[in-house]
Amino acid sequence: MITQFLLGGLDRRVNVVLALILAVAVVVPVLHLALPPDNPFHVPNYAMALFGKYLCYALLALSLDLVWGYCGILSLGHGAFFALGGYAMGMYLMRQIGPRGVYGDPILPDFMVFLNYKELPWFWYGFDMFWFAALMVVLVPGALAFVFGWFAFRSRVTGVYLSIITQAMTYALLLAFFRNDMGLGGNNGLTDFKDILGFPVQAPGTRAALFAATALALALCFWICSAVTRSKLGKVLVAVRDAESRTRFIGYRVENYKLFVWVLSAMMAGVAGALYVPQIGIINPSEFDPANSIEAVIWVAVGGRGTLLGPIVGAILVNFGKTWFTSALPELWLFALGALFVVVTLFLPKGVVGTVRQFWRERSERKAVAVAPIKPNPEPEPAE
Amino acid sequence: MKEIAEGSLLYLDNVHRAFDGFKAINGLSLVLAPGEMRAIIGPNGAGKTTMMDIITGKTKPDTGDVIFEGKVDLTRHDEAEIANMGIGRKFQKPTVFESHTVADNLELALRARRGPFATLLHQTTKAEFDRIDEILETIRLTARRDWLAANLSHGQKQWLEIGMLLAQEPRLLLVDEPVAGMTDDETAETAALLRRIAKTQSVVVVEHDMTFVRELGVKVTVLHEGSVLAEGSLDAVSSNPKVIEVYLGR
Repeated sequence: MITQFLLGGLDRRVNVVLALILAVAVVVPVLHLALPPDNPFHVPNYAMALFGKYLCYALLALSLDLVWGYCGILSLGHGAFFALGGYAMGMYLMRQIGPRGVYGDPILPDFMVFLNYKELPWFWYGFDMFWFAALMVVLVPGALAFVFGWFAFRSRVTGVYLSIITQAMTYALLLAFFRNDMGLGGNNGLTDFKDILGFPVQAPGTRAALFAATALALALCFWICSAVTRSKLGKVLVAVRDAESRTRFIGYRVENYKLFVWVLSAMMAGVAGALYVPQIGIINPSEFDPANSIEAVIWVAVGGRGTLLGPIVGAILVNFGKTWFTSALPELWLFALGALFVVVTLFLPKGVVGTVRQFWRERSERKAVAVAPIKPNPEPEPAE
Repeated sequence: MKEIAEGSLLYLDNVHRAFDGFKAINGLSLVLAPGEMRAIIGPNGAGKTTMMDIITGKTKPDTGDVIFEGKVDLTRHDEAEIANMGIGRKFQKPTVFESHTVADNLELALRARRGPFATLLHQTTKAEFDRIDEILETIRLTARRDWLAANLSHGQKQWLEIGMLLAQEPRLLLVDEPVAGMTDDETAETAALLRRIAKTQSVVVVEHDMTFVRELGVKVTVLHEGSVLAEGSLDAVSSNPKVIEVYLGR
């Protein structure tokens, strides 16, 4: 049943995208590992981390598009789920440091020794095991999304009000994680990671593996999103987006559908955050900053919401631009980002991918018309 | 009072609903027998749409009984539950899912399990395809099967919405102004379609168009200021002095 469901998500276009992502997963690490540093095609260390970061952002954008583009839920707080997944991974990486910290405590991470913790807080138990941490990467964001969504969707909070409370949610978490009493490193967050699964995080081989894992996760989530949006459930989601009360009147419990897709999306965002942390080397409360979540919305809008390829393209394009701008013209980046959003909203409301797709569709329709003129309709047309 | 509800399909008794002091529904009572078709007329603001909202769970009455099939208290259920009990509704302004094809609109409305996991793993069966074809035939949209609903004309959207009602297989259809914006031919065809539906299902039609109501040829209820002013055949109510006063007196 599940296989049938997943196979339903495949078609030629999806296969091409999946093949592209998988090719990236193989080629980039190979160029990094196999070529000598003086070869022009060699991918240097910093670029590996950078490209890995882009792919994590692409996955975050994909998860956001699933709720915004397909169900009309504009989340301005998706960065919260991303950061929670990142913290879950960060806690695992902290516990892997063991006695190699500055204070040399075999159990307690450095910041806890510094803050006079006598023993490990209860919620740190289990994070020394990778499988547990991996589970928490999806369960913690999923649980928060479930509780938040349960109340919000049941009370029929929609539109801009929902967007505002998602923003409030991530801001509240930002403030909470800044506190030292939270037991998660306060404003410094978690850093100085050494090993992941026994491999040193900075080693070229580990970087290559992390990059490949990120690309694989992106491909898998793309596939799942494709299967979900093509299923009957996906059609109900679009129906909710376009005419919510009509969907209720034909008997669908809209709140359950929203909750399902909201939790699924939060889990994907959590995975993105978890892959981001070991490649960047730090997780701190600034990841909860509402501005991050809003930037993610821009990636989706630029790429094209309501298409699954759009957010991936948008996240990579915008972040590529950001990297270039912040080194070439650092003071102009925020203006450029603002201008980009205005331009896309005014001239490319469907985003890059949506516009290209529309262009091709119209072109093929024109061709079809040129080849076979439309036959007169045998039925009388009701008047407009 | 509850005994009268038995044997009826829909039973409204002394229903009140006010919005900020405005009494939209003011002591409305109405009984609909199984298999009956009823036309509801009344001037603007008579409470027709509010009445539909109360029956379908969108609005809760302040006081009064709303009972379906002699036993279910509709005031305790929400829109989705009421829809699944077998009450379908067509809105005044045609609302179809514009970014779905005509066939997908019907598939979404087809009677099937409505939970998220059921729809996630759902595979459209042969029987469902056949049923969609059958409905397309009935609403004369077979040639438009793969069109996006957004590209249909106004009248076609009205019909698609009626088709979606049929796909739900409700026991009671509430139809709000089905012929608004239709040509005379379309109006006549819609009347024929509704009469055909009424052979197997109960139908409540709200309409302004008197020619259309005459064509339906059914019992008429006149609403005025939130309660029933008169009830009977169209000829009887249109010669009723109170009705004449409401319609013409102002």
